[in-house]
Amino acid sequence: MSYSVSVQTPASRVATAAAAVLILVLIALPFFAGRGTIRDMFFILTMLVLAQFWNLLAGYGGLVSIGQQAFVGAGAYALFGAVILWGIDPVPAILLSGVAALVIAVPTAFFAFRLNGAYFAIGTWVIAEVVRLLVAQWKTLGGGTGTSLPREATRDMWFVSLIEDALGVRSAAARDILAYWLALLLALATIGGIYWLLRTRRGLALAAVRDNVEAAKSVGVDASRMKWIVFLTSALGTGLAGGLIYMQKARISPDAAFSVTDWTAYVIFIVVIGGIGTIEGPIIGVLVFFALQSLLADFGSWYLMSLGVLAIVVMLVAPRGLWGLLSGRTGLHLFPIRRRLSGGQLTQAEE
Amino acid sequence: MSILSLRNVSKSFGALTVTDDVTFDVSPGEALGIIGPNGAGKSTLFNLITGNLRADSGSIGFDGRDVTRVSAMERCLTGIGRSFQIPQPFEKLTVYENLVVAATHGRSQSEAEVLEDCADILERTEMIRRANTPAGQLSLLERKRLELARAMATQPRLLLLDEIAGGLTEGECQALIATIRDIHAQGVTIIWIEHVLHALTSVVERLLVLDFGKVIGIGAPDAIMASREVREIYLGIEV
Repeated sequence: MSYSVSVQTPASRVATAAAAVLILVLIALPFFAGRGTIRDMFFILTMLVLAQFWNLLAGYGGLVSIGQQAFVGAGAYALFGAVILWGIDPVPAILLSGVAALVIAVPTAFFAFRLNGAYFAIGTWVIAEVVRLLVAQWKTLGGGTGTSLPREATRDMWFVSLIEDALGVRSAAARDILAYWLALLLALATIGGIYWLLRTRRGLALAAVRDNVEAAKSVGVDASRMKWIVFLTSALGTGLAGGLIYMQKARISPDAAFSVTDWTAYVIFIVVIGGIGTIEGPIIGVLVFFALQSLLADFGSWYLMSLGVLAIVVMLVAPRGLWGLLSGRTGLHLFPIRRRLSGGQLTQAEE
Repeated sequence: MSILSLRNVSKSFGALTVTDDVTFDVSPGEALGIIGPNGAGKSTLFNLITGNLRADSGSIGFDGRDVTRVSAMERCLTGIGRSFQIPQPFEKLTVYENLVVAATHGRSQSEAEVLEDCADILERTEMIRRANTPAGQLSLLERKRLELARAMATQPRLLLLDEIAGGLTEGECQALIATIRDIHAQGVTIIWIEHVLHALTSVVERLLVLDFGKVIGIGAPDAIMASREVREIYLGIEV
């Protein structure tokens, strides 16, 4: 009597094939799409990365942070610092953005992990504010008013001349295309990495800790280590995204780089609307968010009010988000993580 | 040489002393039953042994090692497994996944290595048909069985069972007793808190009686149940 375990579903096999085609189309996009589309896609992909990491933190790790802007800002300022002070090329400097976010994340976790629930959330926000105020004192990088990347640094950036020649575009458009490809790479690595993590026994432990900490400890799960892994991974990814976003903007200020609205509130909106605790949720959420932004951006504060109303309606009608609603009705999982035991006595039961 | 030894263990919540100077030993392979009225501190005693709570004073030794300050996670790894009185399943995970978490982390093995063993435990606890059901959808009885199954999946040398027979029908109770005897026969030391006395006495070799956090008797079930003090306090029978 032998048993076996499978994770895939028929829908996920179709999804894998569709994803392969989609990825090829996205890679080839700069060859046939205009500059506006590339910039929109850059925005969507970077917000998606931020949303996936916030979802990893809150949806899987149970750590509701409202201080992710600390890592976006730290990553962004690390990139500007590396380029302006050390003359490093912006592209490799993105890696330093990730390192800087990790450096900030260790003391943040040290303090914030002493707090639970709402206190943890507020704690992370306070720490982000402290980092913003400290960075605003950094006169070499423009203090409170901010600064720009030197023109020669952005002009001579790695790969830019290659892209100019290959696609026959101007330097500014080539920089956008480079940023887009890097964002695509980061988004694919993020989704692939998180999906991989969730399918390992670590991912199972993470779900166990989220469902019941005491029981998880009692079956040998190192709950505090799981929290550290999740927090540091999210900080690293958020920092990389921050560096990339500001490499593309080429202009930075503490208020923008450490904006709680842009880098945490919108991100929470995306995850909650799409469906927290799923990989599909943030993907749906970011598309909805982008559509709303395109439709309503001209209406000023009405735009923010509409976002708020929509968020409240979704939370009341579909607490598990749009993807949760769809998946609950249809049983669809594009990124299945549930293990299904079959064979042995289960075969007899199903016959 | 005892597998578990408690020396003068005490625990208070504010002014309330829930575990009062508890001292006892358990031999390897023994089955010990713990009885006592509600609020006597039985579950607290379990939490102290498993590390879910820290003792205020005294010491707890497991397998020759002082584990008084060791975390719940590490105590599981050294071989202490438990069920919770109020079932604490991982609700969003399936029954099978609940066991896989316990098996892969409780003894550091890969998922492939624990597959057959988890399926075997599910068969023995009669939970195999529910293997792919999320634990949040289980009935209370099934949750209690899952508690036992998940504790077994960590392959404990000392298994602590907290009221898993309550609310079962006679047939279900007999099946549970058979399962626990089976685990015990494999050499696992068992400490079992239970109000269903006939279930308890059909498995355990010794009984420990707890009242207001104090041990008021420990010994052979017949002798304990015959003692006047126990009958008065626990059974409420006026002698």
